[in-house]
Amino acid sequence: MQLTNRAKVLEKKPMTLAERAYLPAIFQGLSITMRHFFMKKATVRYPEEVRPFSGYFRGLHVLKRDEQGRERCTACGLCAVACPAEAITMVAGERKKGEEGLYREEKYAVSYEINMLRCIFCGLCEEACPKAAIYLQPDKMAPPRYERDEFTYGKDRLVEPVSPDERSVKGIQLTSEQADKLRSRIV
Amino acid sequence: MIELPALGWQSIVIFVVFALSLLIATYCTYAERVIAAFLQDRVGPDRAGPYGLLQPLADAVKMFTKEEFFPGGANKVLFVVGPCLAMITALMSSAVIPFGNTMSFGNNAFFLQGIEVNIGMLWIFGVVSLGVYGVMIGGWASNNKFSLLGAIRAASQNISYELAMGMSLIAVLMISGTLSLREITLQQSVAGEWQMWNIVKQPLGFIIFLVCAFAETNRTPFDLPECETELVGGYHTEYSSMKLGLYLFSEYVNIFVVSAVMSVLYFGGFNFPFQYELRDWFVNSQGWELNSAQNLITLMGAVGIFLKIFAFIFFFMWIRWTLPRFRYDQLMRLGWTILIPLAVFNIVLTGALILFGVI
Repeated sequence: MQLTNRAKVLEKKPMTLAERAYLPAIFQGLSITMRHFFMKKATVRYPEEVRPFSGYFRGLHVLKRDEQGRERCTACGLCAVACPAEAITMVAGERKKGEEGLYREEKYAVSYEINMLRCIFCGLCEEACPKAAIYLQPDKMAPPRYERDEFTYGKDRLVEPVSPDERSVKGIQLTSEQADKLRSRIV
Repeated sequence: MIELPALGWQSIVIFVVFALSLLIATYCTYAERVIAAFLQDRVGPDRAGPYGLLQPLADAVKMFTKEEFFPGGANKVLFVVGPCLAMITALMSSAVIPFGNTMSFGNNAFFLQGIEVNIGMLWIFGVVSLGVYGVMIGGWASNNKFSLLGAIRAASQNISYELAMGMSLIAVLMISGTLSLREITLQQSVAGEWQMWNIVKQPLGFIIFLVCAFAETNRTPFDLPECETELVGGYHTEYSSMKLGLYLFSEYVNIFVVSAVMSVLYFGGFNFPFQYELRDWFVNSQGWELNSAQNLITLMGAVGIFLKIFAFIFFFMWIRWTLPRFRYDQLMRLGWTILIPLAVFNIVLTGALILFGVI
């Protein structure tokens, strides 16, 4: 029964003299390996060179602030519902008087935790968020740690720093120079 | 005739040859890893020192500090003797290889060669065939069936391929009429004559010798004595620490020696093209003394033979990372039913060509 047209019929012919002598095949093999000798190497020498992230890489989460430095998250729970790995937990609280400069909405997240061991970095929380509060940063990832509980990221590690100068400094990040150099190598 | 009085000079040469073969073998381990990496689109060791050049040192430190392990039921004496024998025989064979012509200072002259004997070829053969004892004894003394299998494979493989190797050499000896490696080298380049290297006269013999050399040094595609996939590690399965290091090391010394032998027998040894013209040019146009011009040519020739040796070593490694291993019956069939008849045919052909005055 023929399922596709891709099947190749192989004939078992007796080998020709050139094939039996084995030497032509050896030279063919040698020329292939010699070509590879001069090819560009695929190695990235890691501590000196870092592979660049692609523009739409989904890395470590961040809880954004708005233009006035207030937390955007209103603890609606849509991200936790959307999360297929059930990595997000949060506790909601009501904004008190005088906290208007801290939280944008009247309801806010008292605690907000993401378990990075459960998270699959799919980005569905980002899509679900109606307040544009949670994003997966393209230039950072969750670094390896020694203890399991260190992977539960709370608000202390998720919320953006207030000062813009302190943002995006933790985690593995390329300087623009390094990134340009590596991009030119890849293209 | 030049006098050779100075044993002192000669012992310096012997020491230098000894040190050089060890040094080259050391850096063969580095070269092997770098070449393997380059052939596989990687960069290889580059962490220890500039370009990873201190890697052999790091490897040596690792080897020396590993645990010295003796398997239960092993014959302790023979277990130690095995790797020593492998190393000694590997080093002994480089003694007779001519790495250069004569150096002369005033009345003193010496060869750039450990010992000049008129049975150099025979010496190399004797010592190389002793090398299999190191493998055999080590494999047997380990009290391990994989080691023993590897050792038996090594023995039968070496014996089979030594036959074809010896017969391919007979053709060279028929041309040269001498067993002295120095004489064979000098015959390949005579002042004022148009002399070819032996590779031109013996292409078939060279190919046979090359294939046998791979088998004798247990390199891929003939590395069945130590094939990891079938025999764990072959004859050195039970070895650890520097005893394992000696086995691996002796393999590289063997490669060095066999490369040197091939350069001497087939590629003109320390000769290089236009050496006599160059010497005469130094003497006639530059006004040098004949002795110093000759010394310079000798040194250049020594560099030349090492370049040839390095090219062969590279070829050994290139082959290793290109070809897969033979199956054992294929190996035996190649040795007995193809190479030996070919070598016999080569002898007959050479004899006929000599008879009819072609070469």
